[in-house]
Amino acid sequence: MLEALIEPLQYGFMQRSLIIAIIVGLLCAVVGSYLMVQRLALLGDAISHSVLPGLAIAFLVGANIFVGAFIAGVVSTLLIAWIRTRSPIKEDAAMGIVFSAFFALGITLITTIQKQNKIDLNHFLFGNILGVTFDDVRDTAIIATVVLIVILLLYKELLFYTFDPLGAQAAGLPVNQLNFGLMLLIALTIVASMKAVGVILVLSLLITPGATAYLLVTRLHQVMVLGAVIGIISSISGMYLSYFFNLPSGPAIVLVVSGLFALAFLFSPNYGVFMRWRQVKNKQLSN
Amino acid sequence: MKKVTVMKTFNLRLYPRINTQALEPRVIGVHRTDMKIASPANINISHLGVQYRTQEALRDVNCTVRAGKLTGIFGPNGAGKSTLIKGMLGLVPLSSGNVLYQGQPLVQQLEKVAYVPQRSQIDWTYPATVWDVVMMGRVKKTGLFQRFSTTSRKVAQSALERVGMDAYKNRPIGQLSGGQQQRVFLARALTQEAEIFCFDEPLVGIDQKTQTVIFDVFHELATDGKIVLVVNHDLGESIQHFDDLILLNREIIATGDRASVLTEDNLYRAYGGRVMYFSGAAA
Repeated sequence: MLEALIEPLQYGFMQRSLIIAIIVGLLCAVVGSYLMVQRLALLGDAISHSVLPGLAIAFLVGANIFVGAFIAGVVSTLLIAWIRTRSPIKEDAAMGIVFSAFFALGITLITTIQKQNKIDLNHFLFGNILGVTFDDVRDTAIIATVVLIVILLLYKELLFYTFDPLGAQAAGLPVNQLNFGLMLLIALTIVASMKAVGVILVLSLLITPGATAYLLVTRLHQVMVLGAVIGIISSISGMYLSYFFNLPSGPAIVLVVSGLFALAFLFSPNYGVFMRWRQVKNKQLSN
Repeated sequence: MKKVTVMKTFNLRLYPRINTQALEPRVIGVHRTDMKIASPANINISHLGVQYRTQEALRDVNCTVRAGKLTGIFGPNGAGKSTLIKGMLGLVPLSSGNVLYQGQPLVQQLEKVAYVPQRSQIDWTYPATVWDVVMMGRVKKTGLFQRFSTTSRKVAQSALERVGMDAYKNRPIGQLSGGQQQRVFLARALTQEAEIFCFDEPLVGIDQKTQTVIFDVFHELATDGKIVLVVNHDLGESIQHFDDLILLNREIIATGDRASVLTEDNLYRAYGGRVMYFSGAAA
């Protein structure tokens, strides 16, 4: 058993992809918790789809694709906020408009580029974790460290702001800066996760670990820590499943984390569907 | 003391040869002291207007909110009661007017404000305990990048005890009743150690015990010389607790002490024909 687990580690690409999967699983779970508690899951989806054109343009001009993707992600959130404040269009519609437009532009650009260059649209849509280089691992680790430190330093402000934005503003907190800062953290996280799971499936790593933890614990920092553990476990087991059964890695990770959510949904002591059903049954029996 | 400074201003006019530059700061000082005498820790609202897209929510609101008094904002649904508080605190943009506290714009002194939004505006399924919420009252005072101090914890603890919620400290907020949630928010406001307390509809859907606690605390705060501003729409018996009233319907109908505001005519103008005059209210 142990040998079977160690065997894949003799390959350099497996070492790198395992490390990046662990970092991404941890980072997405922590940052995604903020999306979940603010009911902004769709925003995560919007930003992740919107990074594509930035990535393509950066590739075209020979710049760092992480930087290009990050800029496009931030521009999309600004556009969404602009449409929402300057017109009667609601936030979810604004997100739908902006992210599909960006996504379409991204696909168009990359399809055009990939005719002449060695760039594969699929790698960005679905990730290419087995192809990550040492530089990718290093960049992801740096982004993750920065994001986690910022969250640690601003934890109490972000807790207040995400729970009660009006109360926080009325108490004199710089809510606009906090909100924009949070958007930057989310965009950074998505960019860091792009190589591992791709822009389509990253939403799963952002939302599902936190949502699973939310069914089991009661405070935000507990949701983050347990979510991170769930994210890491999913990443590692997803990678092994993909190695042994020759499955695509990103989807394998997503399937594991979704399975863990299903377990919590059915068996969580407080909210579990199955547990509630059993309580009702016990009550009926005791009556 | 003050007389002397005023005299000097006087001198300045009589004898122009005196070095004016040396005196100038004092002149400004006199000016400021005069303003403070005119408005001791009150909030002065002048010509406040709020526009929601094409709709005028509030028009030309002028009034003074007195420190040391429990002030109620009353009016029918859609009268702009919550909007008035939000406009005062800069939570919605003003289309006109200004709000001064001790002669300075209130929005620049928000660290002196504790605001409790309507309970319905909060997501009570948020993963937080009673303690987490009460400690939010210390975030601004603690400052960026800092951890909560022992003093902060003590203040929060005694606020929880004051509202009778210390036994629920570790409860998730989603498991509380409406009244308990409101008391937790009251404790958070106390924890802020503010000078100005604004509550939006704190009396909606609460139990008798909570109502007693809330009014006890309100009266204590007012006795302490704080500004306590409460949005309410219930013209029932609880109106007796308020010292001053602001009667609102898109504009000020009447403002002042309770007895002078609660006239049949004023209520008719605010609520139209829908509300019968509550005869005991003005007593």
